Amino acid sequence: MPQAAPPDTGPDTGQPREVIARATGLVKSFKGAAAPALAGVSMTVEAGTITGLVGPDGAGKTTLIRLLAGLLRPDQGEVAILGQRPAMMLDQLGYMPQRFGLYEDLTVRENLDLYAELRALPREEHEETFARLLEFTDLARFQDRLAGNLSGGMKQKLGLACTLVRTPRLMLLDEPGVGVDPISRRELWAMVQHLTAQGIGILWSTAYLDEAEKCDRVYLLNEGSLLFEGPPGDLTGRAEERVIQVSGFEPRRRRFLTRTLDRPDIMDGTIQGRSVRLLLRDGCDVPTAESFAAGDGTQVAPGVPRFEDGFIEILGGGPRGTSALAENYRTIPRDERPAIEAKGLTRNFGAFTAARDMDFAIPQGQIYGLLGPNGAGKSTTFKMLCGLLTPSEGYGAVAGNDLRRSAAEARASLGYMAQKFSLYGELSVAQNLDFFAGAYNLGRADARRAKEAMIEIFDLGDKLDMNSGALPLGFKQRLALACAVMHQPPVLFLDEPTSGVDPVTRRMFWTHINGLVEKGVTVLVTTHFMDEAEYCDDVSLIYRGEQIATGTPDALKAQAGAITGAADPTMEDAFIALIEASDLDRETNGNLAA
Amino acid sequence: MNEAPEPPPASGPIRFSSRRLRAMMAKEFAQIVRDPSTFLIALAMPLLLLFLFGYAVSLDTQGTRVAVVVEDSSAPALALSGAYAASPYFHTLPMRNRAEARHLMVSSQISAIIVIPQDFGKDLHDGRLPEIQIVTDGSQPNTATFVASHAQGVFQSWAANEGMPGMLDKAPQIELSPRFWYNPALKSRNFLVPGSIAVVMTMIGTLLTALVVAREWERGTMEALLATPLSMAEFVASKILPYYLLALASMSLCTVIGVAIFGLPFRGSLLALYVIASAFLMPALGLGLFISSATKNQFVASQMALLSSFLPTFLLSGFVYEISSMPVWIQAITYAVPARYLIPSLQTLFLTGDIWGHFLPNIAIMLGFGFLFFFLSFWVTRRSLD
Repeated sequence: MPQAAPPDTGPDTGQPREVIARATGLVKSFKGAAAPALAGVSMTVEAGTITGLVGPDGAGKTTLIRLLAGLLRPDQGEVAILGQRPAMMLDQLGYMPQRFGLYEDLTVRENLDLYAELRALPREEHEETFARLLEFTDLARFQDRLAGNLSGGMKQKLGLACTLVRTPRLMLLDEPGVGVDPISRRELWAMVQHLTAQGIGILWSTAYLDEAEKCDRVYLLNEGSLLFEGPPGDLTGRAEERVIQVSGFEPRRRRFLTRTLDRPDIMDGTIQGRSVRLLLRDGCDVPTAESFAAGDGTQVAPGVPRFEDGFIEILGGGPRGTSALAENYRTIPRDERPAIEAKGLTRNFGAFTAARDMDFAIPQGQIYGLLGPNGAGKSTTFKMLCGLLTPSEGYGAVAGNDLRRSAAEARASLGYMAQKFSLYGELSVAQNLDFFAGAYNLGRADARRAKEAMIEIFDLGDKLDMNSGALPLGFKQRLALACAVMHQPPVLFLDEPTSGVDPVTRRMFWTHINGLVEKGVTVLVTTHFMDEAEYCDDVSLIYRGEQIATGTPDALKAQAGAITGAADPTMEDAFIALIEASDLDRETNGNLAA
Repeated sequence: MNEAPEPPPASGPIRFSSRRLRAMMAKEFAQIVRDPSTFLIALAMPLLLLFLFGYAVSLDTQGTRVAVVVEDSSAPALALSGAYAASPYFHTLPMRNRAEARHLMVSSQISAIIVIPQDFGKDLHDGRLPEIQIVTDGSQPNTATFVASHAQGVFQSWAANEGMPGMLDKAPQIELSPRFWYNPALKSRNFLVPGSIAVVMTMIGTLLTALVVAREWERGTMEALLATPLSMAEFVASKILPYYLLALASMSLCTVIGVAIFGLPFRGSLLALYVIASAFLMPALGLGLFISSATKNQFVASQMALLSSFLPTFLLSGFVYEISSMPVWIQAITYAVPARYLIPSLQTLFLTGDIWGHFLPNIAIMLGFGFLFFFLSFWVTRRSLD
């Protein structure tokens, strides 16, 4: 017999709230995995709040959510939803899995219908509920469209609507922000926040630290263990008065950051347009401008700490500034021609133009970023430039090799890191390195030297015999980078190189890239982490197959500031403002044409 | 003020709800109608199979191409060669020498060479038993056996007609006149069409069911369904019923085409047809469900469905190959193929009529297999992702 729920209240918040879900000492291992996916995790979700479940890929977020939804059974520990076993409370549970759980061959309306029936929503309430949900999600115009033909953001809203046909007490959202552009993510956040007013307890899992910052309470998960729990401000607070912003220095910003990160009093640093943001080690004084020895113009100002600073702090700080990979790399001879060039590059798929009139020239030794929502045409542009897709129109060249006439030479001069790290999962780490050395036609002695260097630099020594498919994501990413740079190419193509990776590994990655760029390597990168766009010298914002804005990150932020009137917009603000402006422009022009 | 909120009523364990089942079935039908591949398997494939077996593939040996080399120019030799030309089993190519015929045999243009030798007429005239030579292409053993025995038969009946003294001694005292019951013309079409009905029902029952359940796992919709109050029984029923109906519809289509277009006799009753078909669909659907619950992957499920149901139905059910002519240990395996019990029943139903004494044991065995597979699939399916 299920026991009656004891009156259960939240722990230390001022005003006691009802606990909707409670997990105690959860342990869960999977067959074939060395370490448990969860090693003793306890947590609660309270009514009317958004609880954030934060951590890098593979931290155990999905396992924890599935345990809460009763889809998995814990090896040890207990889950209680409103005091009952999850299987007894399915009526009170709304669960949105990572892939939204929609039927792509049913229409929006049919999906809603199905879930309404499965959750036994009274027939007479259908119309009213659907009307409310369709308005809430702004999908009313699309109710007869097949779910498979919706954009990622719209699918996600429909997935949310399907879990809301009968208002649940607990909502479990598994990485609702993944693979969705910042605009849709913001809209979704606003919708979910609206739900808390109805007393629903929401668990929102995410790898985006900026989302974590907005939660009422956060559980920080890493490798199956909790690193932190509490209001996000508590974690951010650990970095209080330890964040500074340095600007006006003379050397190139990448060289300045490298040098600065090697200082003992600096724990972490990132590039922010023309300035550099630093996290000081605990107990160190704010350094003077002179101590950076970077010219008279150097200014030091206090910065606002973020959740990410707290995260890095709790993990023991970011990597040092000097990249062993870059130290080992050849110096690319100077060349006045642009390393990567696109002129009117266009690609059509039937009647659909995936990329139109792409125009840019990237000088040697710079990082150029392609930003944009999913499906905007970033990857198409990218694939044309690395010779994987033939352009329908226009001219493209890599290291002076015309893509139409000498695509093979163009490909030989670049290193390519594909989305999701294209490694051979069934081959061991050593075999992957051997394969790529062979594929890039390295001589035997060169191959051996390159392989040894990569093993040393990326710390792969004790993983050589592991299948690369079984590596943790961070190691996969390192191995993928190692394979892409073994032949020391003058040009690097990186397609979403840091997605899903924890912030420390991301920083290590950018340390290497910064070092390589100082050696004269040219980098073309796509990313959906807006703060990473700050590492780029120039970025191009791609939307609906066209470049809607191009310039330095600071210029784009200024441009967005002029549109919205915001004082100090972040890169993400800029992204959203510029895309909205483009939509508005399109709408007005469209209306005029009609 | 700090009054504990009323604990909400537990929704309790899941109970069967016909409303959820209806919603799931409506969804399934919408998917069937919209998915071109389902339609292809359920409608286009049966038609293709029927026309293939009805017209293109025939196991009858009619009009086999043979060379007749006549080295003798006597009247009996020409008469015998005429008898071969008149046989419906052969399409003869008259030739003057063996070398030419051998050339055609090597290039597989003919299946046999019949040689009427130089002294055929002389032997006959002298009262000796004349001899002919029959050379067959051993690389196609079945055809070779047919052709050899037919060629001999033609020779013997010709000799008997001629009233050959030497032959008469050897002629049997009793005349055997074979009669084939129920399929008097021995048309292979008449047993191939019931066989293709078995194949079609296997495809829909096992392959489609295996695919659609695995698809729910692959596309992540299963995860979402498991988080609703849907019970496993409702889920299974929502997968079984639509494909059961689809398979029966497809079977009906095959029967109508078989009778209307191919002139197949239908001597049994519709009731028997649907009872037998339903009995067979239990193991077919059960196996499909078991495969997809065990693999959760469309590719693996389709491979396993082909190997464990489609091929045995094709090869080991007596559909194409006679079971009694298989090696004993393979015959033993055929007892584990549900279609083995379907095809004789269907053949009886079409060609003879309702013989319930023959149907009932087969129906019982098929239902037994069905229960086994359903039991296995409930055993491997749990309401969790573990």
